[in-house]
Amino acid sequence: MHPAYSVILFTSASGAGYGLLIWLALSWLGLVSAPQPWIAFWMAIFALVLITTGLLASTFHLGHPERAWRAFSQWRSSWLSREGVLAVLTYPVALVLTVVWVWDGIPPILTTVNAALLCLLCLLTVLATGMIYASLKTIPRWSNAFVVPVYLLFALASGGLLYLLALALSGTLTMVALVLAVLLLSWLVKWRYWRFIDTQKSASNSGTATGLGHLGSVRQLDAPHTSENYLLQEMGYVVARKHSRKLRRMALLLGFVVPFTALILTYAVAGHTSTLLILIAVISGFAGVLIERWLFFAEARHAVTLFYGRSL
Amino acid sequence: MTSLPKTTQKKLGLVTDLDICVGCHACAVSCKEWNAGGHSSPLTDLNPYEKDPMGVWFNRVHVYETDDGENTRTVNFPRSCLHCEEPACVTVCPTGASYKREEDGIVLINADTCIGCKLCSWACPYGAREYDSDDGVMKKCTLCIDRIYNENLLESERQPACVTACPVGARHFGDLGDPDSDISKLSVSRGGYDLMPESGMKPVNQYLPPRPRKNLPGSTGVKQQVQNPAQQENKASSANGFFAWLDKTLSSGTAG
Repeated sequence: MHPAYSVILFTSASGAGYGLLIWLALSWLGLVSAPQPWIAFWMAIFALVLITTGLLASTFHLGHPERAWRAFSQWRSSWLSREGVLAVLTYPVALVLTVVWVWDGIPPILTTVNAALLCLLCLLTVLATGMIYASLKTIPRWSNAFVVPVYLLFALASGGLLYLLALALSGTLTMVALVLAVLLLSWLVKWRYWRFIDTQKSASNSGTATGLGHLGSVRQLDAPHTSENYLLQEMGYVVARKHSRKLRRMALLLGFVVPFTALILTYAVAGHTSTLLILIAVISGFAGVLIERWLFFAEARHAVTLFYGRSL
Repeated sequence: MTSLPKTTQKKLGLVTDLDICVGCHACAVSCKEWNAGGHSSPLTDLNPYEKDPMGVWFNRVHVYETDDGENTRTVNFPRSCLHCEEPACVTVCPTGASYKREEDGIVLINADTCIGCKLCSWACPYGAREYDSDDGVMKKCTLCIDRIYNENLLESERQPACVTACPVGARHFGDLGDPDSDISKLSVSRGGYDLMPESGMKPVNQYLPPRPRKNLPGSTGVKQQVQNPAQQENKASSANGFFAWLDKTLSSGTAG
């Protein structure tokens, strides 16, 4: 599948934004340590900036961005529409959570309900993003049980690093072990996903696609056209195996090894040094997620390529 | 609405005969000609007269080779929208621009509400939907909806352009939901099949498989030269050398 930069940026940035909102909401609920109110306020704003940047980026690849509002209408059948609806529903709830840190005009019972609701909406929005891909039967490397958990865990991990930054800036760096655990789990599941797609065997081939399999092996003698077409550019994107191996190692290094080491080192240092280490973890971790997301698209193979003599 | 109708009154579709398709691309060209001038225009072509032309086509004709060695055969294979009974391209559409018509089962796109997100093309395993970069929307086969119901055309012309263009009659149009229709009977009698049935989309269009080959010895010319009866008679007369040449020349002269 063609890795469109707008979609890669959208899923990575909005994922981190929703993840950060979840951590902030959990800390409002008292389930994890809370940052200082003003820092939490600015972090919530930052989360909304990430989400909004992502959503705007995702409209760049549309043929008609001015009609994007129509995408809220088909939530009964379409995961893309559900994602849009959930993203919009999340905004007012997230705005309330932003202001409660610095304004106590809302009764605690309402802010508690609001924070719990925000957790739920953020999780559902990321779940809907994952389901857009996981529901496409045409792409076996997406249509499997790993995709949604990876989206959720990566959102929690990249948001978790930002949450640690908020705590470090507040001068009360705790919860490092918890974020470390989420980070480790997210890349373990991703590792398993890579193992899965490398060994996955599809029942479909050019023979089943054309129905000519009973005549023997089927190979394409002539393509319909002498040059590229939309189908091959959009669905037939291929990345060389050796490049994907190199990129996987880079994703692991930037997304996991560097942040993991930086977080461990925070136990040995204090003050501004630990804040700097967390900042390194945030930036490196996000770069790792971008590469991981690029590979998620570039390594995916589409059923239509079977008609062009390729395999899934 | 991108939710699918429970049933459709008709299941209009195509039956393509892979046994007799000659791979001339007339269906694809005629489809492009009709649709570039009407409802689906402009069907953008990029670099049409340059080195790497690229454009939107609703029909694409592949050529496959099956099996190896002596039994190798070539199959010409037109591919277009199958107007599936359960098309995922419709249900994934976030705007409601994609829909399946309840009255005849045709799968269409409303170009006025499509946002061009391309998700439908990701959901279709058959490559039936393409992006028109000039219009910024997705385009697909309409089963020539502006022909089949067009009362300004002669009744014989009220068929999809690909069907009327086919010089060998390899494409047929009709109601595959009616078991008594000519097209349904044709499909059943010839063992019409679904493409990639594992996609789960229940295609309406059917493909007729190539008929079993009569494997006469030497008919492929691989092991033996193809000989016409006259030559075989010559052989029987056991003439050789100059006389064989003379015999052959005279025989072909009389045959002509």
